[in-house]
Amino acid sequence: MQYVDEFRDPELAKTLLSHIRHKVSAIAKAGERPLQLMEVCGGHTHAIYKFGIDQLLPPEIEFVHGPGCPVCVLPMGRIDGCIEIAERPEVIFCTYGDAMRVPGRNGSLLDAKRRGADVRIVYSPLDTLTFAEQNPDKQVVFFGLGFETTMPSTALTLQQAKRRGLTNFSIFCQHITIIPTLRSLLEQPDVRIDGFLAPGHVSMVIGTTPYGFIAEDFHKPLVVTGFEPLDILQALAMLVDQIHDGRCEVENQYKRIVSQQGNALARKALDEVFELKESSEWRGLGSIAGSGVQLTPAYREFDAELRFNTQEHQVADDPQARCGDVLTGRCKPNDCPLFGTRCTPQNAFGALMVSSEGACAAYYQYRRGLA
Amino acid sequence: MAFTEKDVVTMAHGSGGQAMQQLIEQLFLQAFANPALNEREDQARIPLSLLTSVGDRLAFSTDSYVIDPIFFPGGNIGKLAVCGTVNDVAVSGAVPQYLSCGFILEEGLPLLQLEQIVKSMADTAAAAGVEIVTGDTKVVQRGAADKVFINTAGIGAIPGTINWGAQHIRPGDRILVSGTLGDHGATILNLRENLGLEAELTSDCAVLTPLIAPLREIDGVRALRDATRGGVTAILHEFAAASGCGMSINEGDLPVNPAVRGVCELLGLEPLNFANEGKLVIVVAPEAEQATLAALRAHPLGKDAAVIGTVTDTARVQLKGIFGASRLLDLPHSEPLPRIC
Ligand code: SF4
Repeated sequence: MQYVDEFRDPELAKTLLSHIRHKVSAIAKAGERPLQLMEVCGGHTHAIYKFGIDQLLPPEIEFVHGPGCPVCVLPMGRIDGCIEIAERPEVIFCTYGDAMRVPGRNGSLLDAKRRGADVRIVYSPLDTLTFAEQNPDKQVVFFGLGFETTMPSTALTLQQAKRRGLTNFSIFCQHITIIPTLRSLLEQPDVRIDGFLAPGHVSMVIGTTPYGFIAEDFHKPLVVTGFEPLDILQALAMLVDQIHDGRCEVENQYKRIVSQQGNALARKALDEVFELKESSEWRGLGSIAGSGVQLTPAYREFDAELRFNTQEHQVADDPQARCGDVLTGRCKPNDCPLFGTRCTPQNAFGALMVSSEGACAAYYQYRRGLA
Repeated sequence: MAFTEKDVVTMAHGSGGQAMQQLIEQLFLQAFANPALNEREDQARIPLSLLTSVGDRLAFSTDSYVIDPIFFPGGNIGKLAVCGTVNDVAVSGAVPQYLSCGFILEEGLPLLQLEQIVKSMADTAAAAGVEIVTGDTKVVQRGAADKVFINTAGIGAIPGTINWGAQHIRPGDRILVSGTLGDHGATILNLRENLGLEAELTSDCAVLTPLIAPLREIDGVRALRDATRGGVTAILHEFAAASGCGMSINEGDLPVNPAVRGVCELLGLEPLNFANEGKLVIVVAPEAEQATLAALRAHPLGKDAAVIGTVTDTARVQLKGIFGASRLLDLPHSEPLPRIC
């Protein structure tokens, strides 16, 4: 009945923490900067704050909150594009709840809904096919958003739509892929990351092999990690062990879910439906080559942006906002001048404050006012 | 009244004419039958002596129920409308006695469904020892309301010896809950959003009067609330604001059903923020902790009662995690949106 189970056993946590402390004190040299470990995924950021893992660790370890929350890296212009389509009278616009509050230039999808647009939250994109079948006189558009975690279900939905011959269904594609972004991060000269906690859910699809370059080319240790607090602590222990031993390997803490080669079926569906786009815009990080996907020619008829002939929306971020610096570990959320003033969860400027997985929201929710 | 599947609410049922009289006579009056209602006046007439024999202050509360879906495991909108208001009266320490109810019906609502709702209101009220003594029915055009909305108001009298209220809360007091958290909210979310979770999710919708009654005998009970919308988090914030104290609760002590926890994990939501319809949050003096816990656990509705935390003197609401680190427990600014990616 209680909150505690095998992945949350406080005794095991204590053992892992003392192991980490012990190893870190052997690594740390006097006067050196703390180790900066990037948790790539927003789900990890959330768990770290929720369980107070950052408070339990020795000061020689600092977390850097990476770009692995698809909502946080969503550029304003893409939301504007969604709203342009959603506000057409014939459209039923469907999205995951995550994207509802992300601000665009003219407000969020939630605002568009208030203004009268038919915007619906779905839990599975397959539901949107039912809407399409039930509303033949409407155009149903699904906002396909996320990394390899959510991509397979979008792919499956598209395959179904094609099979059923649906002509009133399309997707607004904002799927992105994490690997090129990690590479581009590591290529930036002033970003200093000593090791990575890699996302469990994404890895379930892609496997662990694609991370190989991080160890081989950039000589950084990496551990693929689950989302329970003990997963994260164990992965940290593995990471610290690698650093202590001077090793740089791709290790897998999340073996119960993630295999080396990933999920072949899901990857096959992805290959059929998606192809890499030349480049993709990331909020705060700019344009990154090969980091986004678009529909393959066989599926392009389902591309909402082509169907509704939308404009490209380019919106420059506020120069004061430091979303990009937070995402790359150059600063902490509360170093941003907008943090807690112009940017709060109630009235967010940056997406890092909107998504419950965003580093700024986590900071605001769990750390504000705590010593 | 024998309705068939084809019978639905029509505008005529709200016209004040024959159709309306029939509906009132054959459905409401029969289901809710009691002396005050049977007089069929425009108001219920209640002897003051009946109230003053119980207490020296009137507790009076109202709430409107607009839930979707209207039927759910563990209850329906009618049961909810009775439980909710009865509980709002009862947490003052009063003995709830009389309810009014107002219906707003959408044209097209199947009369069989309305009958089922009204029957469960009658059953719930009877079981709680409460009479539904006056009411009102309106019908609106299809689309102007969602199936059925119900407003209930309730009164009861507060015994002279009882003076519960959040302003009496002091640092060092203990915070208790009467059972598992979030069952109602998780059940409704599962249905409304078609999550299709096969888990055993049942609303905790219940009249809490019998759980509250023995607490009147215990010295040191400071304040009681039922943790409906906004869940336990909202109540803790209300307590903190009214008393100027802080609230610190322990994550490891929170009773949560595994199925509810599953929904929360899946969607990134917090059981502490989910609505309950049959759970109390109680603050008591430290000396009263054991007696209160024992009294709660003696009743089936309180078998999972637990002490979840302590009142502090730093004016903030915080949650101590299972590993010992604390975090602020923010009041969500609106209904939480589920997280998928
Ligand atoms: S506080 Fe707001 S603007 Fe500043 S970095 Fe965070 S999300 Fe961006």
